Amino acid sequence: MNALSRLFAIIRKEVRQLRRDRLTFGMIIGLPIMQILLFGYAINTDVRDIRAAVSNQAGTHLSRQHVEQLRQSQVVNIIGYARTPQELEDLLRTGKISVGVVIPHDFDRRVTDKNRTAVHLLVDGSDPTILGVASQLKSMPIRFDTSPDNTTPDLVEVRPYYNPERRTAVNIVPGLMGVILTMTMMLFTAVSVVRERERGNLELLINTPVSSAELMIGKVIPYIAIGLLQLALILGVGGLLFTVPINGSVVDLYIAAAFFIAANLALGLFISTAVKTQFQAMQMTIFLIMPSILLSGFMFPFDGMPVLAQRIGEILPITHFIRLTRGIMLRGATPWELYGEIVFLGVFTLVAMTAAALRFSKRLD
Amino acid sequence: MTSEFAIRARGLTKQFGQLRAVESLDLDVPRASIYGFLGPNGSGKSTTIRMLCGLLTPNEGSAIVLGSKIPGDAKELRPKIGYMTQKFSLYSDMTVAENLQFMAEIYSYPRHARATRIDELLEKYNLDRQRRQFADTLSGGQKQRLALACAVLHKPQLLLLDEPTSAVDPQSRRDFWANLFRLAEAGTTILVSTHYMDEAERCHRLAILDHGVKVADGTPQDLQTSTGMHIIEVLADDPYRAQSVIATIPVVVSVTQLGIRLRVLVPDTVDDAVGLVDTKLRTQGVSARTRSVAATLEDVFVAVTLKPEKQAA
Repeated sequence: MNALSRLFAIIRKEVRQLRRDRLTFGMIIGLPIMQILLFGYAINTDVRDIRAAVSNQAGTHLSRQHVEQLRQSQVVNIIGYARTPQELEDLLRTGKISVGVVIPHDFDRRVTDKNRTAVHLLVDGSDPTILGVASQLKSMPIRFDTSPDNTTPDLVEVRPYYNPERRTAVNIVPGLMGVILTMTMMLFTAVSVVRERERGNLELLINTPVSSAELMIGKVIPYIAIGLLQLALILGVGGLLFTVPINGSVVDLYIAAAFFIAANLALGLFISTAVKTQFQAMQMTIFLIMPSILLSGFMFPFDGMPVLAQRIGEILPITHFIRLTRGIMLRGATPWELYGEIVFLGVFTLVAMTAAALRFSKRLD
Repeated sequence: MTSEFAIRARGLTKQFGQLRAVESLDLDVPRASIYGFLGPNGSGKSTTIRMLCGLLTPNEGSAIVLGSKIPGDAKELRPKIGYMTQKFSLYSDMTVAENLQFMAEIYSYPRHARATRIDELLEKYNLDRQRRQFADTLSGGQKQRLALACAVLHKPQLLLLDEPTSAVDPQSRRDFWANLFRLAEAGTTILVSTHYMDEAERCHRLAILDHGVKVADGTPQDLQTSTGMHIIEVLADDPYRAQSVIATIPVVVSVTQLGIRLRVLVPDTVDDAVGLVDTKLRTQGVSARTRSVAATLEDVFVAVTLKPEKQAA
């Protein structure tokens, strides 16, 4: 009974201090909105309008027709013409264009010859995404209007499930929820214990009957509520601006998020008990945020990563949360179909919380 | 378990790396008294207080505090003690009333009596008008009163105060001590550390710490009458010259200038110390009046903290 009253005392105190800390309060609301706008609009793997230049050495009707087709594909934006392939290379090197189209003088003859290529594309391969998009141009047919249509059907047909329009935002937003929650949740708790230590509050607090567990749990609970609020904010903005669907149940999503938030808070709390200053806490948080963004499957498909990177990714809570959110939001799965991820998050929370409570001894030495 | 002592410590030792912060300290603090720790900065006062409330674990030795064994039973001791840290340690972004409310909740003070208790403390410690003020906007004296109010809120049997008056003006210090006497009269045992002589003089008993070692222990009166020193006051026209002359006398332990007066400490094993100093000054042509006076606590402090060095030399 007394333990419960002490727990509520800690919770009330945390909420009270949080309400008065305008910067943190601003971060709770501001950070998710800013990030979702930034990531939602900036990250786009579905690239269009790549800057290109053409060197048309053939100058025939067919070659001009082909250039016009390229333009109409909207994959490239033809910003200029060059006389020689060397000029195109110069433009590529100086970064003025990303794709150079070379049409040789014997273009018409090459088109009819099955053993020779008719067009050369010079592509800035330093960005694999552009290289990939430029490759699409390969499949563009070139033939004389009078020649018979002798195309053979493709052997493989691709049917995109869950995101038929191939919009990047649909993939990004569920992952972005993980990134935003990792950042804010971990940061808030990472500084929370060490801030009390720096301000001298801790010396008094540990001399009171409050126990380590009461203090730790009391510090975590208010932030779970804040995390769920942030989730609502991301879902709201994501739905409004990027029309990201929630194919599964919203309740399921919240259940998954609650587990994930708890895991991050526990990790943050552990950091807070392990460091000496708020500055160190920040550094540790940033140190953990980088792999969370890069190795979680948020940026790059998880299956494509090297084994070591996958192993590291597996121990990050966000990796499991992204699987859950993409599953629930895009594929309409239930958490029970993805119970392994939930179990991981639960166990992770328990371990980190216990470690934090054990590390936080009620002593100064 | 009721003993006549609130604290009994034997052989408390604390080592930080190479530094022995506290060295085999014995301590007996009678109940319902004000016990002072006097010593310069770094003499081990804070370390001792922190060991006694279980914040630090002694390397050697142990203590019985209000019947609980330290180290070991700090948990059962916590509800019975009040602690006031050297640095203000309440929440600066909460109001006076909120801080008190928080402490009442943390100590599980009976819910129905909380509001009355907080009102009573606000009134007693003259913080009524600051009730809704944020703690970081309080003056030094107000902060200190708030810290004391929070420390006594749950009516602890023992108060541990770590240099409580180091950041307040003389008037606040006087008021603060008046509060301490009221608490002691009501039965609270108070252990207070200080480096102010006038505060040490008000304590019922006193321990003087120097480099982690207890060099004196007793009532202020006892300490003053048993310094083992002749205290000689010298009134000279040229105190600076008189001081350099007296310093050449081998038996003199210390010469301190207080305004135009000099206080000279000579071990009481020396016969006719006044005559010795007087003759020396006269032969060097320094006009001065000398007389034997009673020891103040400052003399005691100088005597007990300087003796080992002088003797070693």
